[in-house]
Amino acid sequence: MELCGVELGGPVLNASGTFDAIAARRVFGDALLERFPFDAFVSKTVTLAPRQGNPPPRLWETPAGMINSIGLPNKGMDGFLAQDLPELTQLGVPLIVSVMGFTHDELAALVEGVGAREEVAMLELNVSCPNVESGVLVGADPAETAAAVGAVRGRTTKPLVVKLSPSSIDPAAVAVAAQEAGADALSLINTLKGMALHPQTRRPWLGGETGGASGPAVRAVALEQVTAVAGRTTIPIVGMGGIASGQDAADFLAAGAEVVAVGTESFRDPGAGRRIAAELAALGATGRVRTPQAVR
Amino acid sequence: MAEPHRTLAPPERRVAEVRGTRRLGAYDLITARDPVGPPDPRPGQFYMLAAGDGWGGGAGERPFLPRAFSHAAARPHPGGGAELDFLLEDVGPGTHRLGEMGAGEALMLLGPLGAGFRPPVHGTRPLLVGGGVGVAPLLCLHRELGADDQVLLGFRSGAHAAAAELFGDGARVVTEDGSAGSMGLVTEPLAAELDGDPAATVFSCGPPAMLEAVRALCAQRGVECQLALESGMACGFGACFGCVVETVAGYERVCVDGPVFAGSQLARVV
Repeated sequence: MELCGVELGGPVLNASGTFDAIAARRVFGDALLERFPFDAFVSKTVTLAPRQGNPPPRLWETPAGMINSIGLPNKGMDGFLAQDLPELTQLGVPLIVSVMGFTHDELAALVEGVGAREEVAMLELNVSCPNVESGVLVGADPAETAAAVGAVRGRTTKPLVVKLSPSSIDPAAVAVAAQEAGADALSLINTLKGMALHPQTRRPWLGGETGGASGPAVRAVALEQVTAVAGRTTIPIVGMGGIASGQDAADFLAAGAEVVAVGTESFRDPGAGRRIAAELAALGATGRVRTPQAVR
Repeated sequence: MAEPHRTLAPPERRVAEVRGTRRLGAYDLITARDPVGPPDPRPGQFYMLAAGDGWGGGAGERPFLPRAFSHAAARPHPGGGAELDFLLEDVGPGTHRLGEMGAGEALMLLGPLGAGFRPPVHGTRPLLVGGGVGVAPLLCLHRELGADDQVLLGFRSGAHAAAAELFGDGARVVTEDGSAGSMGLVTEPLAAELDGDPAATVFSCGPPAMLEAVRALCAQRGVECQLALESGMACGFGACFGCVVETVAGYERVCVDGPVFAGSQLARVV
């Protein structure tokens, strides 16, 4: 199969930020490459400058899921390209690099710098960040999202995947705006904003105070949003949100996703991607033919 | 690729079988047959554990994530894999469920993970300092080192000090309430030992306040120490970035960069 012209061995990807293949290779050795759990590898989000991430604690367990407040720790673009990219090319699957910029100039520099590397098959734009000038969460707003995509569209010929935020009144309207601005694919959902309180002090538990909720607890929300987005767009969708089984993955394909991504379930089992792919294959599930309503 | 103090793990979760659970004072010692894992995890490495059934879905709808435990002992199994012992203390829904597991139940297991203890500095004697349920990784280290080490164990009370029996007669026991061994904190005999002869390498695991006291004692005396840290973690293999600890080089992940850190890597243990 293929996604935006990139050949894939199957329909199961990882969600950005939920699998560090370099760390995993230290832990599992070459067996990781022999039994790599995903058909394409999506990197953790890369920013232009290095980031330390949020102070701990960074995690909270919820009913059927968790909240994370990691804060996008990464080496910055130069560090990523020099140190991480050569190791990621050894995985033997197409690489999708997730990038986030706090201004259009930053985003353009990232897309140009990362997109220029032939090892990179696609880029994913993480738009779940505020516009530092307007203060508006880019991914929550159709115009902001369109402006961000428009600012980078001309900087690369590689496919651009826009990772939608679920924190929008109308995610499908944001999806339509992204498609019209030149996105080649859409991925959703990102985590839902959430928080947890310390059981004794009732102060925010997480060092970053708020975080992103994920896991089976958000699956129903994700399935609805994928369905809504699929109904109003024509570009491929990477569907995710609490997928933990082949049955779950089949639901997302039926909702209109071209491929699926596994996130939180990989924390519980690094081999979850392979297991879910096998379960999906055994179901013989295929995607539905999308008949989008007139766009807008 | 291979690092000497990191035994590699199979890259997926597997089903182990609980062989039995033994009550040890305030703790449970759970023994499980790991069918395919390596027979030689390093002391200080750890496993992520979850019950095959009854993991979530009960009161409070937790647990959801697996829980991290250093093995207290690992024995190669003649039929392949290993038999592993874990020391548990019931402190929440995850440890409660694990502690009530019986023989024949399925234990979901991933590991061994992280980097274990390094050898002692040449020409120094190993000094093992454990606190509470943190004595677990020191047990297999103690057995590996043979009779060459000294073991100091601290517990809240005599009920907790029951875990010291795993070390045979070889351990000195201190309890906070004096109900077993001598009364006080384990850092008191440690300070006396180091003041008597500072040619030692200290290996320690226990609650953060104890580890910080051990780190400071060793730093003041120029003694190398290796501290096995604990942190809440979602994955155990570097994926989630949730378990970071502040080191002199910035945040590092307890699960892949540790859990054993040199005292010199840490400005303080919190």
